[in-house]
Amino acid sequence: MKRMEAISEVAAAAEKALIVCNIGFPSRELYAAADRPENFYMLGSMGLASSIGLGLALVRPERKVIVLDGDGSVLMNLGALATIAHNALENYLLIILDNCCYGSTGSQPTCTSQRTDLALVARAAGVQQVGTVTTPEGLIDALSGHGVVVARVDPGNADVPLIDITPEHIIDRFMRSFLPFGPFKIQV
Amino acid sequence: MSDINPSFAVYSGLKSSGIDFVASVPCINLQYLLKLIDADPEIVHVPVTREEEGVGLCAGAWMGGKRPALLMQNSGLGNSINALASLDFLYGIPLLMIISHRGCEGELIVGQMPMGRLTPMLLDSMEIPRFSPSPVEAEASVARAWGVAATKKKPVAVLLDLQFWKGA
Repeated sequence: MKRMEAISEVAAAAEKALIVCNIGFPSRELYAAADRPENFYMLGSMGLASSIGLGLALVRPERKVIVLDGDGSVLMNLGALATIAHNALENYLLIILDNCCYGSTGSQPTCTSQRTDLALVARAAGVQQVGTVTTPEGLIDALSGHGVVVARVDPGNADVPLIDITPEHIIDRFMRSFLPFGPFKIQV
Repeated sequence: MSDINPSFAVYSGLKSSGIDFVASVPCINLQYLLKLIDADPEIVHVPVTREEEGVGLCAGAWMGGKRPALLMQNSGLGNSINALASLDFLYGIPLLMIISHRGCEGELIVGQMPMGRLTPMLLDSMEIPRFSPSPVEAEASVARAWGVAATKKKPVAVLLDLQFWKGA
């Protein structure tokens, strides 16, 4: 399956779930497929989508948090899998869109293109619920679960534009979509 | 010297700031502070594997309505710089960093010296405000640091060197 297809399926089935999306083309594809206030588009800090989503899920147990991450980014922050396992949240689902390459920088191969299996890595890190899917149907089925799902996708990016809303706007509307009083009343 | 316990002074500052989410990578000098935090049911404490991961967790917790602090050694600042810039600065996310500053006067571990010397300069070049209180000043200083982080919506550092922790 194409990554854009996987992302579109997740967004369509997400309902009120909060989605934290990885830097680069994945965020652009999500923005083009299904922009919504409940999407947080990560524009920098490669590797941290899984951690941002975990922090959010820890403090908002009433909300489902879905992280759309990539193989290159997860390999950059492998320790996060141990922290995810340690906290064992039922409202947190990490979807690793594994295209076996750094898709946003010219499709250089990652270690998953050869011997590294991120589902096995997640299991060895202690994550109890781990799955691997290869079809849109499999991915939709996995959405009701928690833990880690590796979704095998083809290399290649969709022809989608840059995200044309500001970081300030992304985070402000994201927080307003689920915080009862918006960001500022609570924070300061 | 005063008889104020340095760990309790920092903890009191966290409490008066309303800090209710802490991510941490330990330092020997943070051990008693971490125990105080673990014993506090009002604070969610998440040990992390690397400091940069903690920057991500704290950002997510802030978006979720919490007041986050990251506890670490100054070596962890080096592990966090890109995230502090391209996550916290980019989106305007406040973060209180409580940093055990190793590699300064009195340090016995030679490996701590290079980062110890560079840490204040790294913070300054990143335009991250820094506070270096004595134990007597620590409660007010930590609270002030969070105030700056929340109003300026950026990371702020409280640097606590070896002298600070004497008597911990």
